[in-house]
Amino acid sequence: MSEANYPDDLRYHDQHDWVRLEGDDHAVFGITWYAQDSLGEVVFFDPPEVGTTIDKDASYAEVESVKAVSDVIAPMTGEIVEVNDLLQDHPERINEDPYGEGWLVKVKLGAPQEAEGLLGPDEYRKLLENA
Amino acid sequence: MPVTYEGILEEHSAVRRHVGMFDVSHMGEVEVEGPGALAFLQLVLSNDVAKIEIGGAQYSCLCNEAGGVIDDLFVYRLGGDRYLIVTNASNHGTDLAWLGRWSRGFDVTVRDVADRYAMLAVQGPHARTVLGRALGIALPARMRVSRARVGNRPALVCGTGYTGEDGVEILLDPEAAVPIWAELLDAGVVPCGLGARDTLRLEVCFPLHGNELTPERNPIEAGLGWCCAEPTGFLGSEAIVRARAEGTAEKLAPFEIEGAGIPRQGNPVLTGEEQVGVVTSGTFAPSLERGAGMAYLRADLAEPGTAVEIDVRGKRRAARIASKPLYRKAS
Repeated sequence: MSEANYPDDLRYHDQHDWVRLEGDDHAVFGITWYAQDSLGEVVFFDPPEVGTTIDKDASYAEVESVKAVSDVIAPMTGEIVEVNDLLQDHPERINEDPYGEGWLVKVKLGAPQEAEGLLGPDEYRKLLENA
Repeated sequence: MPVTYEGILEEHSAVRRHVGMFDVSHMGEVEVEGPGALAFLQLVLSNDVAKIEIGGAQYSCLCNEAGGVIDDLFVYRLGGDRYLIVTNASNHGTDLAWLGRWSRGFDVTVRDVADRYAMLAVQGPHARTVLGRALGIALPARMRVSRARVGNRPALVCGTGYTGEDGVEILLDPEAAVPIWAELLDAGVVPCGLGARDTLRLEVCFPLHGNELTPERNPIEAGLGWCCAEPTGFLGSEAIVRARAEGTAEKLAPFEIEGAGIPRQGNPVLTGEEQVGVVTSGTFAPSLERGAGMAYLRADLAEPGTAVEIDVRGKRRAARIASKPLYRKAS
Protein backbone atom coordinates (compact mmCIF):
# COMPACT_ATOMS: atom_id res chain seq x y z
CA MET A 1 0.00 0.00 0.00
CA SER A 2 1.10 3.52 -0.76
CA GLU A 3 2.38 6.12 1.72
CA ALA A 4 -0.07 8.25 3.67
CA ASN A 5 -1.31 11.14 1.56
CA TYR A 6 -4.18 13.61 1.58
CA PRO A 7 -4.48 15.46 -1.74
CA ASP A 8 -4.93 19.23 -1.66
CA ASP A 9 -7.85 19.30 -4.09
CA LEU A 10 -10.14 17.21 -1.84
CA ARG A 11 -12.37 18.02 1.11
CA TYR A 12 -12.52 15.64 4.10
CA HIS A 13 -15.12 14.42 6.56
CA ASP A 14 -14.02 13.51 10.09
CA GLN A 15 -15.31 9.95 9.57
CA HIS A 16 -12.47 9.48 7.07
CA ASP A 17 -14.21 10.13 3.79
CA TRP A 18 -13.06 12.39 1.02
CA VAL A 19 -15.09 14.50 -1.42
CA ARG A 20 -14.06 15.69 -4.86
CA LEU A 21 -16.43 18.46 -5.95
CA GLU A 22 -17.33 18.41 -9.65
CA GLY A 23 -19.18 21.42 -11.04
CA ASP A 24 -21.77 23.14 -8.86
CA ASP A 25 -23.74 20.21 -7.58
CA HIS A 26 -21.90 16.93 -8.18
CA ALA A 27 -19.20 15.15 -6.22
CA VAL A 28 -17.22 11.92 -5.99
CA PHE A 29 -16.88 10.22 -2.59
CA GLY A 30 -14.32 7.78 -1.30
CA ILE A 31 -12.49 6.76 1.86
CA THR A 32 -9.18 8.26 2.91
CA TRP A 33 -5.75 6.71 3.01
CA TYR A 34 -6.08 6.51 6.79
CA ALA A 35 -9.42 4.67 6.54
CA GLN A 36 -8.18 2.03 4.11
CA ASP A 37 -4.97 1.57 6.11
CA SER A 38 -6.88 1.04 9.36
CA LEU A 39 -9.22 -1.42 7.68
CA GLY A 40 -6.53 -3.52 6.01
CA GLU A 41 -7.00 -5.39 2.75
CA VAL A 42 -10.49 -4.64 1.48
CA VAL A 43 -12.18 -7.77 0.14
CA PHE A 44 -15.73 -6.52 -0.35
CA PHE A 45 -17.51 -3.27 -1.15
CA ASP A 46 -21.27 -3.28 -0.70
CA PRO A 47 -22.48 -0.23 -2.63
CA PRO A 48 -25.81 1.56 -2.46
CA GLU A 49 -28.06 1.44 -5.53
CA VAL A 50 -28.09 4.22 -8.06
CA GLY A 51 -30.98 6.55 -7.17
CA THR A 52 -30.61 6.05 -3.42
CA THR A 53 -30.80 9.22 -1.36
CA ILE A 54 -28.03 9.51 1.21
CA ASP A 55 -27.88 11.74 4.26
CA LYS A 56 -24.84 13.57 5.53
CA ASP A 57 -23.27 11.78 8.52
CA ALA A 58 -25.28 8.58 7.95
CA SER A 59 -23.97 5.25 6.65
CA TYR A 60 -24.52 4.69 2.93
CA ALA A 61 -22.31 1.67 2.14
CA GLU A 62 -20.08 -0.97 3.73
CA VAL A 63 -16.50 -1.89 3.12
CA GLU A 64 -15.10 -5.09 4.53
CA SER A 65 -11.64 -6.40 5.10
CA VAL A 66 -10.91 -10.00 6.03
CA LYS A 67 -11.28 -9.20 9.71
CA ALA A 68 -13.82 -6.41 9.95
CA VAL A 69 -16.76 -4.63 8.39
CA SER A 70 -16.98 -0.86 8.42
CA ASP A 71 -19.77 1.57 7.61
CA VAL A 72 -19.01 4.28 5.09
CA ILE A 73 -20.41 7.60 6.26
CA ALA A 74 -21.82 10.07 3.76
CA PRO A 75 -19.82 13.29 3.94
CA MET A 76 -22.64 15.23 2.23
CA THR A 77 -26.33 14.84 1.39
CA GLY A 78 -27.35 13.79 -2.11
CA GLU A 79 -28.49 11.12 -4.52
CA ILE A 80 -26.29 8.34 -5.87
CA VAL A 81 -25.87 8.72 -9.64
CA GLU A 82 -23.10 6.20 -10.19
CA VAL A 83 -21.24 3.51 -8.25
CA ASN A 84 -17.74 2.29 -9.05
CA ASP A 85 -18.43 -1.07 -10.68
CA LEU A 86 -14.74 -1.90 -10.88
CA LEU A 87 -14.80 -2.50 -7.12
CA GLN A 88 -17.13 -5.51 -7.47
CA ASP A 89 -14.27 -7.57 -8.85
CA HIS A 90 -11.39 -5.47 -7.55
CA PRO A 91 -12.20 -4.16 -4.09
CA GLU A 92 -8.43 -4.04 -3.44
CA ARG A 93 -8.29 -0.87 -5.55
CA ILE A 94 -9.63 0.93 -2.48
CA ASN A 95 -6.30 0.12 -0.82
CA GLU A 96 -4.10 0.59 -3.83
CA ASP A 97 -5.51 3.86 -5.09
CA PRO A 98 -8.02 5.31 -2.60
CA TYR A 99 -8.32 8.68 -4.39
CA GLY A 100 -8.23 7.33 -7.94
CA GLU A 101 -9.51 3.94 -9.13
CA GLY A 102 -10.73 3.25 -5.61
CA TRP A 103 -13.43 5.95 -5.62
CA LEU A 104 -16.77 4.68 -4.31
CA VAL A 105 -19.74 6.68 -5.64
CA LYS A 106 -20.74 9.75 -7.63
CA VAL A 107 -23.44 11.88 -6.09
CA LYS A 108 -25.80 14.67 -7.17
CA LEU A 109 -25.56 16.93 -4.15
CA GLY A 110 -28.72 17.93 -2.29
CA ALA A 111 -27.03 20.70 -0.33
CA PRO A 112 -23.78 21.81 -2.01
CA GLN A 113 -23.20 24.40 0.74
CA GLU A 114 -22.40 21.50 3.10
CA ALA A 115 -18.95 21.50 1.50
CA GLU A 116 -18.07 24.58 3.52
CA GLY A 117 -18.33 22.56 6.72
CA LEU A 118 -15.87 19.88 5.53
CA LEU A 119 -12.19 19.82 6.45
CA GLY A 120 -9.27 20.87 4.31
CA PRO A 121 -6.28 18.49 4.01
CA ASP A 122 -4.32 20.27 6.76
CA GLU A 123 -7.26 20.22 9.14
CA TYR A 124 -7.83 16.55 8.41
CA ARG A 125 -4.15 15.72 9.00
CA LYS A 126 -4.34 17.58 12.30
CA LEU A 127 -7.40 15.54 13.26
CA LEU A 128 -5.46 12.34 12.61
CA GLU A 129 -2.49 13.53 14.65
CA ASN A 130 -4.76 14.22 17.62
CA ALA A 131 -6.69 10.98 17.27
CA MET B 1 0.50 -12.05 18.50
CA PRO B 2 -0.64 -9.26 16.17
CA VAL B 3 -3.66 -9.64 13.89
CA THR B 4 -1.36 -9.26 10.92
CA TYR B 5 2.19 -8.29 9.96
CA GLU B 6 1.95 -7.36 6.28
CA GLY B 7 -1.60 -8.31 5.36
CA ILE B 8 -3.86 -11.26 6.12
CA LEU B 9 -4.25 -12.32 2.49
CA GLU B 10 -0.51 -12.47 1.86
CA GLU B 11 0.11 -14.39 5.05
CA HIS B 12 -2.71 -16.80 4.31
CA SER B 13 -1.34 -17.45 0.87
CA ALA B 14 2.22 -17.92 2.18
CA VAL B 15 1.03 -20.78 4.41
CA ARG B 16 -1.06 -22.40 1.66
CA ARG B 17 1.71 -22.19 -0.93
CA HIS B 18 5.07 -21.89 0.84
CA VAL B 19 5.71 -21.54 4.53
CA GLY B 20 4.63 -19.18 7.30
CA MET B 21 5.24 -18.99 11.05
CA PHE B 22 3.05 -18.03 13.96
CA ASP B 23 4.21 -16.98 17.41
CA VAL B 24 1.70 -18.93 19.47
CA SER B 25 3.56 -18.54 22.75
CA HIS B 26 0.29 -17.45 24.36
CA MET B 27 -0.82 -21.11 24.33
CA GLY B 28 -0.66 -22.75 27.77
CA GLU B 29 1.21 -25.90 28.76
CA VAL B 30 0.44 -28.31 31.57
CA GLU B 31 2.61 -31.27 32.52
CA VAL B 32 0.97 -34.35 33.97
CA GLU B 33 3.34 -36.88 35.48
CA GLY B 34 3.25 -39.89 37.76
CA PRO B 35 2.18 -43.53 38.00
CA GLY B 36 -1.47 -42.43 37.95
CA ALA B 37 -1.11 -40.16 34.90
CA LEU B 38 -2.85 -42.44 32.40
CA ALA B 39 -5.78 -43.28 34.70
CA PHE B 40 -6.21 -39.59 35.54
CA LEU B 41 -6.11 -38.44 31.92
CA GLN B 42 -8.60 -41.15 30.94
CA LEU B 43 -10.98 -39.57 33.48
CA VAL B 44 -10.64 -35.98 32.30
CA LEU B 45 -10.03 -36.30 28.54
CA SER B 46 -12.53 -37.46 25.96
CA ASN B 47 -10.18 -39.44 23.73
CA ASP B 48 -8.61 -42.81 24.55
CA VAL B 49 -5.31 -41.69 26.07
CA ALA B 50 -4.13 -45.32 26.28
CA LYS B 51 -3.72 -45.23 22.51
CA ILE B 52 -0.94 -42.63 22.63
CA GLU B 53 2.44 -44.25 22.28
CA ILE B 54 5.53 -42.61 23.75
CA GLY B 55 6.34 -39.80 21.31
CA GLY B 56 2.76 -39.65 20.09
CA ALA B 57 0.18 -36.86 20.01
CA GLN B 58 -3.59 -36.86 20.31
CA TYR B 59 -6.43 -34.33 20.07
CA SER B 60 -8.97 -34.39 22.86
CA CYS B 61 -11.74 -32.48 24.60
CA LEU B 62 -11.80 -31.59 28.27
CA CYS B 63 -15.47 -32.02 29.16
CA ASN B 64 -17.59 -31.10 32.14
CA GLU B 65 -19.99 -33.63 33.71
CA ALA B 66 -22.74 -32.55 31.29
CA GLY B 67 -20.48 -33.31 28.33
CA GLY B 68 -19.88 -29.61 27.54
CA VAL B 69 -16.47 -28.67 26.20
CA ILE B 70 -14.33 -26.78 28.74
CA ASP B 71 -11.43 -26.76 26.29
CA ASP B 72 -10.03 -28.62 23.31
CA LEU B 73 -6.38 -29.52 23.40
CA PHE B 74 -3.46 -31.60 22.23
CA VAL B 75 -1.82 -34.17 24.48
CA TYR B 76 1.75 -35.28 23.85
CA ARG B 77 3.18 -38.35 25.54
CA LEU B 78 6.76 -37.48 26.44
CA GLY B 79 7.57 -40.59 28.46
CA GLY B 80 6.00 -43.64 30.10
CA ASP B 81 4.15 -41.65 32.76
CA ARG B 82 4.74 -38.18 31.44
CA TYR B 83 2.33 -36.14 29.31
CA LEU B 84 2.25 -32.56 28.13
CA ILE B 85 -1.08 -30.84 27.44
CA VAL B 86 -1.27 -27.70 25.30
CA THR B 87 -4.23 -25.55 26.28
CA ASN B 88 -5.94 -22.52 24.76
CA ALA B 89 -4.59 -19.37 26.39
CA SER B 90 -7.96 -18.03 27.51
CA ASN B 91 -8.88 -21.37 29.13
CA HIS B 92 -5.52 -22.15 30.71
CA GLY B 93 -6.51 -21.05 34.21
CA THR B 94 -9.86 -22.83 34.08
CA ASP B 95 -8.21 -25.99 32.75
CA LEU B 96 -5.59 -25.96 35.49
CA ALA B 97 -8.21 -25.57 38.21
CA TRP B 98 -10.31 -28.36 36.68
CA LEU B 99 -7.33 -30.71 36.33
CA GLY B 100 -6.16 -29.90 39.86
CA ARG B 101 -9.59 -30.62 41.28
CA TRP B 102 -10.01 -34.00 39.58
CA SER B 103 -6.42 -35.12 40.17
CA ARG B 104 -7.08 -35.62 43.86
CA GLY B 105 -6.89 -39.31 44.68
CA PHE B 106 -4.59 -40.04 41.71
CA ASP B 107 -0.86 -40.57 42.12
CA VAL B 108 -0.08 -37.76 39.74
CA THR B 109 1.43 -34.27 39.63
CA VAL B 110 -0.26 -31.55 37.57
CA ARG B 111 2.15 -28.72 36.88
CA ASP B 112 1.61 -25.38 35.14
CA VAL B 113 4.62 -25.09 32.81
CA ALA B 114 3.29 -22.28 30.59
CA ASP B 115 6.24 -20.05 31.53
CA ARG B 116 8.72 -22.68 30.47
CA TYR B 117 7.77 -22.71 26.81
CA ALA B 118 7.52 -20.36 23.89
CA MET B 119 5.66 -21.89 20.95
CA LEU B 120 6.29 -21.40 17.28
CA ALA B 121 4.07 -22.94 14.60
CA VAL B 122 5.83 -23.32 11.26
CA GLN B 123 3.28 -24.30 8.64
CA GLY B 124 3.04 -24.79 4.91
CA PRO B 125 4.09 -27.20 2.16
CA HIS B 126 7.71 -26.06 2.42
CA ALA B 127 7.83 -26.05 6.23
CA ARG B 128 9.83 -29.26 6.56
CA THR B 129 12.40 -28.43 3.92
CA VAL B 130 13.02 -24.92 5.20
CA LEU B 131 13.11 -25.94 8.87
CA GLY B 132 15.36 -28.91 8.28
CA ARG B 133 17.79 -26.71 6.42
CA ALA B 134 17.63 -23.70 8.78
CA LEU B 135 17.76 -25.56 12.08
CA GLY B 136 19.48 -28.76 11.03
CA ILE B 137 17.05 -30.96 12.95
CA ALA B 138 15.13 -34.09 12.06
CA LEU B 139 11.39 -33.46 12.01
CA PRO B 140 8.74 -35.74 13.45
CA ALA B 141 6.02 -37.35 11.36
CA ARG B 142 2.46 -36.04 11.65
CA MET B 143 0.99 -36.54 15.13
CA ARG B 144 4.40 -37.37 16.58
CA VAL B 145 6.59 -35.37 18.95
CA SER B 146 10.37 -35.52 19.14
CA ARG B 147 13.05 -33.94 21.26
CA ALA B 148 15.56 -31.71 19.56
CA ARG B 149 18.00 -28.95 20.31
CA VAL B 150 16.83 -25.65 18.93
CA GLY B 151 19.04 -22.61 19.45
CA ASN B 152 21.26 -24.93 21.50
CA ARG B 153 18.44 -25.47 24.02
CA PRO B 154 16.21 -28.48 24.52
CA ALA B 155 12.96 -28.23 22.60
CA LEU B 156 9.98 -30.33 21.62
CA VAL B 157 9.05 -30.54 17.97
CA CYS B 158 5.49 -31.64 17.28
CA GLY B 159 4.01 -32.74 13.97
CA THR B 160 0.80 -30.82 14.55
CA GLY B 161 -0.80 -27.55 13.48
CA TYR B 162 -3.95 -25.51 13.01
CA THR B 163 -3.83 -24.65 9.31
CA GLY B 164 -4.57 -27.81 7.35
CA GLU B 165 -1.06 -27.69 5.93
CA ASP B 166 1.94 -29.84 6.70
CA GLY B 167 4.26 -28.41 9.32
CA VAL B 168 5.33 -28.50 12.93
CA GLU B 169 4.81 -26.72 16.20
CA ILE B 170 7.96 -26.12 18.23
CA LEU B 171 7.82 -25.81 22.00
CA LEU B 172 11.04 -24.10 22.93
CA ASP B 173 12.89 -22.21 25.60
CA PRO B 174 11.64 -18.58 25.58
CA GLU B 175 15.31 -17.49 25.52
CA ALA B 176 15.82 -19.30 22.23
CA ALA B 177 12.60 -18.11 20.61
CA VAL B 178 13.68 -14.64 19.50
CA PRO B 179 16.91 -15.72 17.74
CA ILE B 180 15.11 -18.67 16.10
CA TRP B 181 12.34 -16.37 14.84
CA ALA B 182 15.03 -14.13 13.31
CA GLU B 183 16.78 -17.13 11.76
CA LEU B 184 13.56 -18.41 10.19
CA LEU B 185 12.77 -14.92 8.94
CA ASP B 186 16.16 -14.92 7.20
CA ALA B 187 15.34 -18.33 5.73
CA GLY B 188 12.29 -16.80 4.06
CA VAL B 189 9.54 -17.93 6.43
CA VAL B 190 6.69 -15.40 6.39
CA PRO B 191 5.54 -14.10 9.79
CA CYS B 192 1.78 -14.59 10.15
CA GLY B 193 -0.72 -13.16 12.61
CA LEU B 194 -3.98 -14.05 14.25
CA GLY B 195 -6.00 -13.00 11.18
CA ALA B 196 -4.43 -15.61 8.90
CA ARG B 197 -4.51 -18.18 11.69
CA ASP B 198 -8.28 -17.72 11.78
CA THR B 199 -8.89 -17.82 8.01
CA LEU B 200 -6.62 -20.87 7.61
CA ARG B 201 -8.26 -22.89 10.37
CA LEU B 202 -11.75 -21.91 9.27
CA GLU B 203 -11.16 -23.06 5.69
CA VAL B 204 -10.32 -26.53 6.97
CA CYS B 205 -13.13 -26.43 9.57
CA PHE B 206 -11.01 -26.71 12.71
CA PRO B 207 -13.16 -25.51 15.60
CA LEU B 208 -12.12 -22.61 17.82
CA HIS B 209 -12.96 -22.73 21.51
CA GLY B 210 -15.20 -19.80 22.38
CA ASN B 211 -16.74 -19.87 18.90
CA GLU B 212 -17.64 -23.44 17.88
CA LEU B 213 -16.84 -25.04 21.23
CA THR B 214 -18.26 -23.91 24.57
CA PRO B 215 -19.08 -25.50 27.92
CA GLU B 216 -22.74 -25.47 26.76
CA ARG B 217 -22.09 -27.56 23.62
CA ASN B 218 -21.03 -31.19 23.55
CA PRO B 219 -18.49 -32.68 21.13
CA ILE B 220 -21.18 -34.66 19.28
CA GLU B 221 -23.04 -31.57 18.05
CA ALA B 222 -19.66 -29.99 17.25
CA GLY B 223 -18.78 -32.91 14.98
CA LEU B 224 -16.05 -34.14 17.32
CA GLY B 225 -17.52 -37.55 18.05
CA TRP B 226 -14.33 -39.02 16.55
CA CYS B 227 -12.29 -37.82 19.54
CA CYS B 228 -14.70 -39.22 22.14
CA ALA B 229 -14.09 -42.72 23.50
CA GLU B 230 -17.06 -43.17 25.83
CA PRO B 231 -16.03 -46.69 26.98
CA THR B 232 -13.15 -45.09 28.95
CA GLY B 233 -15.81 -43.56 31.21
CA PHE B 234 -14.41 -40.01 31.08
CA LEU B 235 -16.22 -37.14 32.78
CA GLY B 236 -19.20 -36.24 30.63
CA SER B 237 -19.18 -39.58 28.79
CA GLU B 238 -22.69 -40.49 29.94
CA ALA B 239 -24.12 -37.34 28.40
CA ILE B 240 -22.11 -38.02 25.25
CA VAL B 241 -23.38 -41.61 25.01
CA ARG B 242 -26.91 -40.15 25.06
CA ALA B 243 -26.12 -37.41 22.55
CA ARG B 244 -24.58 -39.94 20.16
CA ALA B 245 -27.50 -42.38 20.50
CA GLU B 246 -30.35 -39.87 20.37
CA GLY B 247 -28.79 -37.25 18.13
CA THR B 248 -28.63 -33.57 18.98
CA ALA B 249 -31.13 -30.82 18.19
CA GLU B 250 -28.45 -28.79 16.45
CA LYS B 251 -25.27 -29.59 14.58
CA LEU B 252 -22.26 -27.63 13.53
CA ALA B 253 -21.89 -27.33 9.76
CA PRO B 254 -19.67 -25.36 7.39
CA PHE B 255 -21.26 -23.14 4.76
CA GLU B 256 -20.32 -20.98 1.82
CA ILE B 257 -21.97 -17.74 0.73
CA GLU B 258 -23.14 -18.11 -2.86
CA GLY B 259 -22.64 -14.53 -4.02
CA ALA B 260 -21.56 -11.35 -2.29
CA GLY B 261 -21.40 -10.84 1.45
CA ILE B 262 -19.18 -11.83 4.33
CA PRO B 263 -20.79 -13.63 7.24
CA ARG B 264 -19.70 -12.86 10.78
CA GLN B 265 -20.03 -14.52 14.17
CA GLY B 266 -23.55 -14.08 15.55
CA ASN B 267 -25.32 -13.68 12.20
CA PRO B 268 -28.68 -15.53 12.19
CA VAL B 269 -29.16 -18.46 9.79
CA LEU B 270 -32.60 -18.47 8.15
CA THR B 271 -34.83 -20.62 6.02
CA GLY B 272 -37.80 -18.53 4.91
CA GLU B 273 -38.80 -16.41 7.89
CA GLU B 274 -37.60 -18.88 10.48
CA GLN B 275 -34.29 -18.58 12.27
CA VAL B 276 -32.74 -22.05 12.20
CA GLY B 277 -29.27 -21.35 13.50
CA VAL B 278 -26.47 -18.95 14.20
CA VAL B 279 -23.03 -18.36 12.70
CA THR B 280 -20.19 -19.25 15.09
CA SER B 281 -17.32 -18.10 12.83
CA GLY B 282 -17.49 -16.22 9.56
CA THR B 283 -14.97 -14.54 7.34
CA PHE B 284 -13.81 -13.94 3.82
CA ALA B 285 -12.13 -17.24 2.93
CA PRO B 286 -9.09 -16.27 0.84
CA SER B 287 -8.61 -19.67 -0.84
CA LEU B 288 -12.30 -19.85 -1.79
CA GLU B 289 -12.47 -16.14 -2.63
CA ARG B 290 -15.85 -15.80 -0.98
CA GLY B 291 -17.55 -15.53 2.36
CA ALA B 292 -17.70 -18.74 4.37
CA GLY B 293 -18.03 -19.95 7.91
CA MET B 294 -19.47 -22.41 10.35
CA ALA B 295 -22.84 -22.36 12.05
CA TYR B 296 -24.90 -24.33 14.51
CA LEU B 297 -28.19 -25.12 12.90
CA ARG B 298 -31.16 -27.45 13.19
CA ALA B 299 -29.75 -30.95 12.76
CA ASP B 300 -32.00 -31.87 9.80
CA LEU B 301 -30.64 -28.88 7.86
CA ALA B 302 -26.98 -29.53 8.62
CA GLU B 303 -26.51 -31.59 5.44
CA PRO B 304 -24.21 -30.63 2.58
CA GLY B 305 -26.16 -28.98 -0.21
CA THR B 306 -28.93 -27.49 1.93
CA ALA B 307 -29.77 -23.93 0.87
CA VAL B 308 -30.10 -21.41 3.68
CA GLU B 309 -29.83 -17.65 4.07
CA ILE B 310 -27.53 -15.75 6.37
CA ASP B 311 -28.72 -12.43 7.77
CA VAL B 312 -25.61 -10.31 7.38
CA ARG B 313 -26.32 -6.98 9.06
CA GLY B 314 -29.88 -6.91 7.79
CA LYS B 315 -29.13 -8.22 4.28
CA ARG B 316 -30.08 -11.76 3.41
CA ARG B 317 -27.24 -13.61 1.71
CA ALA B 318 -27.83 -16.94 -0.01
CA ALA B 319 -25.62 -19.69 1.38
CA ARG B 320 -25.21 -23.42 1.00
CA ILE B 321 -24.21 -25.96 3.61
CA ALA B 322 -20.94 -27.54 2.53
CA SER B 323 -19.00 -30.63 3.49
CA LYS B 324 -15.84 -30.54 5.56
CA PRO B 325 -13.29 -29.24 4.85
CA LEU B 326 -14.31 -26.09 2.96
CA TYR B 327 -10.85 -25.97 1.40
CA ARG B 328 -9.15 -29.09 0.11
CA LYS B 329 -5.63 -29.10 -1.22
CA ALA B 330 -5.30 -29.84 -4.91
CA SER B 331 -3.29 -33.06 -4.91
